[in-house]
Amino acid sequence: MPETKQAAMLQVRGLEAWYGESHVLHGVNFDVHEGEVVTLLGRNGAGKSTTLKAIMGMLKRSKGSVKFRGRELLGTSSRHIARAGIAFCPEDRGIYSSLTVEENLLLPPVVAEGGMTVAEIHQLFPNLAERRRSQGTRLSGGEQQMLAIGRILRTGARLLLLDEPTEGLAPVIVQQIGATIRKLKERGYTVVLVEQNFHFASTVADRHYVMDHGAIVDMIPNAEIGAHTEKLNSYLGV
Amino acid sequence: MMQKNIPASSDAAAPLGMSRTHLVLMLVLAALVVVSPFTLYPLFVVKVLCFALFALSLNLMLGNLGLLSFGHAAYFGMSSYAAAHAAKVFGFTPELAILFGVLVALALGAVIGALAVRRKGIYFAMVTLAFAQMIYFFSLQAPFTGGEDGIQQVPRGNLFGLFSLRDDMALYALVAVVFLLGVLALYRITYSPFGQILRSIRDNEARAISLGYRVNGYKWLAFVLGAGFAGLAGSMKAIAFQLASLTDVYWGMSGEVVLMALIGGMGTFFGPIVGAALVVWMQNELASFGAWVTIVQGLVFMFCILAFRKGILGAVGQLLGRKV
Amino acid sequence: MLIFGIPIQLFSTQIMLGLINGAFYAILSLGLAIIFGLLNIVNFAHGAFYMLGAFGALLMLDHLGINYWAALAIVPLVVGLLGCVIERFVLRWIYDLDHLYGMILTFGMGLVIVGIFRNMYGATGLAYSMPPGLQGGFNLGFMYLPASRAFVIVASVIVCLATWVAIEKTRVGSWLRAATEKPQLTEAFGINVPLLITLTYGFGVALAAFAGVLAAPIFSVNPMMGSDLIIVVFAVVVIGGMGSISGAILTGFMLGLVEGLTKVFWPQASSTVIFVIMAIVLLVRPAGLFGKQA
Repeated sequence: MPETKQAAMLQVRGLEAWYGESHVLHGVNFDVHEGEVVTLLGRNGAGKSTTLKAIMGMLKRSKGSVKFRGRELLGTSSRHIARAGIAFCPEDRGIYSSLTVEENLLLPPVVAEGGMTVAEIHQLFPNLAERRRSQGTRLSGGEQQMLAIGRILRTGARLLLLDEPTEGLAPVIVQQIGATIRKLKERGYTVVLVEQNFHFASTVADRHYVMDHGAIVDMIPNAEIGAHTEKLNSYLGV
Repeated sequence: MMQKNIPASSDAAAPLGMSRTHLVLMLVLAALVVVSPFTLYPLFVVKVLCFALFALSLNLMLGNLGLLSFGHAAYFGMSSYAAAHAAKVFGFTPELAILFGVLVALALGAVIGALAVRRKGIYFAMVTLAFAQMIYFFSLQAPFTGGEDGIQQVPRGNLFGLFSLRDDMALYALVAVVFLLGVLALYRITYSPFGQILRSIRDNEARAISLGYRVNGYKWLAFVLGAGFAGLAGSMKAIAFQLASLTDVYWGMSGEVVLMALIGGMGTFFGPIVGAALVVWMQNELASFGAWVTIVQGLVFMFCILAFRKGILGAVGQLLGRKV
Repeated sequence: MLIFGIPIQLFSTQIMLGLINGAFYAILSLGLAIIFGLLNIVNFAHGAFYMLGAFGALLMLDHLGINYWAALAIVPLVVGLLGCVIERFVLRWIYDLDHLYGMILTFGMGLVIVGIFRNMYGATGLAYSMPPGLQGGFNLGFMYLPASRAFVIVASVIVCLATWVAIEKTRVGSWLRAATEKPQLTEAFGINVPLLITLTYGFGVALAAFAGVLAAPIFSVNPMMGSDLIIVVFAVVVIGGMGSISGAILTGFMLGLVEGLTKVFWPQASSTVIFVIMAIVLLVRPAGLFGKQA
């Protein structure tokens, strides 16, 4: 773990969560420091997406502690969490079919200063400018992913939670997304990334947390990922 | 989640195929039916029994399929008109008049049901309400229904041509027997394989379809049965009170029967009987207060939904820890 | 002059009456559709709010001297506020439950509201005097068009169009559409979805109240005026399918027109023709004319 004198930007301690009767997270602990890109790796059902949703306040029942910049956010409404400066990009991308591309882009309200302008986002993702009047869901999978990422960049949120952004996308697009995340890192954004594809994860992240059965079981700094490939493969059930 | 009804399994092999709780309730019901005309005004109990059967018929679909027929008065009312007309104009004896009314209700239920089951949930409710309104407008205009006056002075006649029903106690005997038989029939239907299939459709329709059940067919059949029993209630009411009127087909009547099922407990078999007794009694007490009945009914609806969804029998069951 | 054997005056008068009914069907089904889209509740009390609108106009005129034109603006606002309060304190409790409960709850609510007014005013109608600006009419040659009727049609077209534009083309409308489609995600972006829900219910019933004010000088004001009307509106909504706003508006006007035409050629069927059409639509296209496949 890198030594820092400052507290982590995001501190998750003892996070538990339930879907109905089902106990899905069993005490998740991890830290994310400002400016880092951190991934949550694990196989299907490990609880990665659930962790993001729990941080975002989208689960009905959860326990534990989620501190963002020192403020306890667990138990507050998801809109309160969004306004604290955290933005969420869901696994299915969450593009609205009843909104145009432009409306999708402009939907999330600005919660802090320093967000990108629409012009800057158009520069980053030119397709979104071209297709702005189209219905949101008429974009290709890759374009929808760009839109999903683009719209949260406008808000000024500095902590981005991305749930499997490369899922189901062609390798060329995956590379684009990787480049985008690296660009965001340069601009000082902090990213928590859920991924199953650890090769992709290793191209963008600083550290990797491994999840299994609803808890963090390991942490591997990116530099050491080569040395631990076999271990990772077994965690991911590959 | 719709209030879970009548447990989907646990149809244990008890005597008569009933759980002990149900056997007790059935016996209590029979006892009450036998005793009450001697302590209460017989025609009042007749009214309760008719509406109890009406409410039970509604709950066949509501409790087992989660489908709310918000226009159930159509079958109650039309059969009431049919039976009244048969007794007064065709000169049928009461049992034939009632049978005629039931057949009319079954036919109506078959036609409307075929259309209504094509939608689910709220749409289903709205469709049934709309068709019932159509029946109301038809009844308003058709000559044989007597419009605003209704069909009055319906003769009670002689049962099987032999037993005069003019005496209230004789009439009561008929109604009581028909009621108890009706309850038994509905009970058997509810706790039969057919009923189980209905509940499985309610719990997971997609799965039922994938298992090969013609879901719409089952829904339709339940609808027709519900209409038939409503018709039985309506026909009996027409003969007993010698009147068939627009009130019987009005949406207010449809709302009232929903109230009965709700108050008594939609999630139980016997609940609607309790609900019917309560609502009929309440109306009796509030009859002189005019529009207050509407307000009280509305408040009771709201209270039940917000704070008392299990209904009376459901709450009692919960208190006693038994499946009612 | 005759059209299909009917004198043109009768024909065009019925068309006008049909458009008027259609105007009310449109505004009311629009309100229902908006509420249903976001709240997933079929607002059985919608007819009661329509009635409140008419009574509101009447009471304001009789007790506060507020005229029709002011009432058109004020009454919907007041009723809308009432709707917001009701949503916040009554409806909010049942969102997690099956849709049926919402229906029964609003049905009960409607009974209470109508019951209160029936208690106070009886079941017979009260008159709302025709405002001076709407008296008289236009002689169009083939028929006489009363100004009041023309106003109702024009006003409701404008309100429906304005609502459609507000929902489909504005920023706030995009919030509403987003919250309707994916309420949880929309809230996770920081949008106050619960407030949106409250305001939407208020707006929906305000539309009903607006229709009520429009109705006051034309039909008599009586506590039962919404009860029978709302069931026809349900049929309209089943025919149109509750998925689309524009569908609700178009279906409303269309069915009013059909009803009016039926009155010309086959008067006895006019009260049931809409239900018959509903039956046909259910056979042929169960999701409704503009509905998405259920």
